Amino acid sequence: MKLVSQKREKSLDVQQMIADKKKKGLGRKAEKIVPVLLFITAAVSVLTTIGIVFTLIFETVEFFRRVSFLEYITGTEWLPFAGDPSYGVLPLVIGTLKVTGIAIIVAVPLGLAVAIYLSEFASDKVRRLIKPILEVLAGVPTIVYGFFALTFVTPMLQKVFPSLEIFNALSPGIIIGIMILPTIASLSEDALSSVPNAMREGAFGLGSTKFEVALKVVLPAALSGVLASIVLAMSRAIGETMIVSLAGGSTPLFNFDVEGSIQTMTAYIVQVSTGDAGYGTTIYYSIYAVGFTLFIFTLMMNLIAGWISKKFREEY
Amino acid sequence: MAYINHEVVERQMTKRRVKNTVFKNIFLGATLLALLALVILLYRMITQGAGYVSFDFLQNFSSRFPEKAGVFAGLVGSLAMLAVVAPVSLLLGVGAAIYLEEYAKKSKLTTFIQMNISNLAGVPSIVFGLLGLTIFVRMLGMGKSILAAGLTMSLLILPVIIVAAQEAIRSVPGSLREASYGMGATKWQTIRKVVLPAAIPGVLTGSILALSRAIGETAPLVVIGIPVIVQFLPAGVLSEFTALPMLIFDWAKRPQEEFQYVAAAGILVLMVLLIFMNSIAVFIRNKFQNRY
Repeated sequence: MKLVSQKREKSLDVQQMIADKKKKGLGRKAEKIVPVLLFITAAVSVLTTIGIVFTLIFETVEFFRRVSFLEYITGTEWLPFAGDPSYGVLPLVIGTLKVTGIAIIVAVPLGLAVAIYLSEFASDKVRRLIKPILEVLAGVPTIVYGFFALTFVTPMLQKVFPSLEIFNALSPGIIIGIMILPTIASLSEDALSSVPNAMREGAFGLGSTKFEVALKVVLPAALSGVLASIVLAMSRAIGETMIVSLAGGSTPLFNFDVEGSIQTMTAYIVQVSTGDAGYGTTIYYSIYAVGFTLFIFTLMMNLIAGWISKKFREEY
Repeated sequence: MAYINHEVVERQMTKRRVKNTVFKNIFLGATLLALLALVILLYRMITQGAGYVSFDFLQNFSSRFPEKAGVFAGLVGSLAMLAVVAPVSLLLGVGAAIYLEEYAKKSKLTTFIQMNISNLAGVPSIVFGLLGLTIFVRMLGMGKSILAAGLTMSLLILPVIIVAAQEAIRSVPGSLREASYGMGATKWQTIRKVVLPAAIPGVLTGSILALSRAIGETAPLVVIGIPVIVQFLPAGVLSEFTALPMLIFDWAKRPQEEFQYVAAAGILVLMVLLIFMNSIAVFIRNKFQNRY
C-alpha cells in the first residue's frame, strides 16, 4: 500500500515531458541528419564501382596510346618483357579459359551430385551437418589452395601423367574446381529445395523412384537457379588469382596444352606487381588493360547469371 | 483396354530400382569425395606445418634462412590491418544496410544501388587491388601502408557485409517496430534501440566471416605492393607493413625445399587465426540467435 502511494506522488506529467523533449530539438535534428548520413554510406558502394571503372578506363586508355588495340585483342603473342615487346592478350585469355574449363569439368558434376544428394536423398539432419562443413571449403584462403596445388596435387598428378610439368594448367584447374564446388553445391541445393513438395509428391504418386523425381521433375524445375550458380562459379574461377600464380606458372602460350606451364590474366598482374616494373612504363599500364579485360569477363558472367535466374525462373 | 501394361511395368521395375540405388550411391560418393578433399587439405597443412610452428616462429621476423624465419611481422601486420578494416567496413556496411532496409523508398535509385552491390560482390579481388593501388596508394599518397591496404580490403568485403546486415535487419519482425512507434518513439530511436539490437547477432556473424576473408586475401595486397621483407613492427596506420598471406606467398615461391615447411607453418598460423574468428561467429550465432 505504501509503495503504491509513493508511486502516485511521483506520478509523471507525460504531456509535460513530451513538450520538454520537443523543445530540446536534438532528437529532431537527428531524425533529419541520420538518413542523409546513411545514404552517404550506401553511396560508397556506388562510388567504389565508379572508382573501379574509372581507374581501369583511365589507365587502359594510356596503354592503348602506346599499343594498338587491334594488336591487343587479336595478337597471339604476349611478350611484354622481351626487347621487342608484343602485347597480344589471347595467350592470357586462353590460359584463363583452360583453367576455368578444367575447374568447371571438376565442379559441375560433383557440385550437382552433392546438391541433388543433399536436397533429395539426405535426411534433414545429414543436410544440416554437411552443408556448413562443405562451406568451409569456400572459406579456405586461396593462398592455401595454391600451396596445396603446388606441393601436393601437382606431384601426385605427375605420378599419373609423367609428362606433366611442375607448373601446369591441370593442377590449379582441379583445385579451383574444388574451391568453387561449394558455390555450385550450395546455390543449386537452395534452388532444388525451393521446388515445391507437391510436384515431388505428384511424381511419386505416379510411381516414380526418387532418382526419377530428382532428374525429371526437380532438376528441370530448378534449372534456372542451377545454371545461375554454374555461371557464378565460372566467374569466380576466372577471377581466381593466387592458385594460378603459385601453381600455373608464368608462360603465356597460345595453345590448348594442359600439361605445360601457362599464365592467366590474373597471374600476369601478380607477376608484374611482384616484379619491379616502374610506374609509367608500358608494362605498368598493361596490368590495367589486362585487369579491365578480366573485369569485363567477370561482369558479363555476373550479368548473365542474374539474367538467367530472372528470365527462366519458374514461379510456383 | 488396359492403360497400364502390368507386364511391362513389372519387367522395368527391377531396372528402375537398381538405377535408383546406383545413382543414390554415386551422389553420396560425390558428397563424401568433397568432404575427403577438405580432410586431405587440412591433414596436409597440419602434418607439414606442425613441426615448424614454435614459439620462435611466432616471434621471429622473416629471414633468408628458413630455420630463422618467422611470422611475427606478418601476424602483427594482419591484425593491424584488421583494426582498420573492421571499423571502416562495419560502419559503411551496416549504415548502407540500414539505409536500404529502413529508409530507402522503392525507387530506381534504390534498385540501382542494390544491383550495384550484387555486381560489386562479383568483381575479382585482384581488380580491387588495382583500385587500391591507383586511388589509395598513388592518388591519395598513402603509400604501401596499413591504411591503404585496410581501406582496399574494406571496400572488397563491403558488399558481403551489406548483404549480411540487410538480411539480419529484414529478419527483425515488423511487430517490434510497430510496438516501438506505438510507444511514441521516432524512426531513428526505433532503429537505434529496437531494430539494431535485435539484428546485431546476425550482423556480427556475417561480418566476422567477411573479416576472416579479408585476413586471408592475398591478391589485392600483392597488387598494392605490400613488401615482404619487413624487419620492424608497424608504428602507425601510415607505416609500411607486411601481412601473413604475403609471407606465405613469398615462402611458397622460394625454390629451397625447407621454405615449403616454413610456408606450411605460416598457413597453419593463418588457419588457426581464421578458425578462431569463425568459432567466435558460430558462438555469437548460437548464443544470441533470436527466433521470432
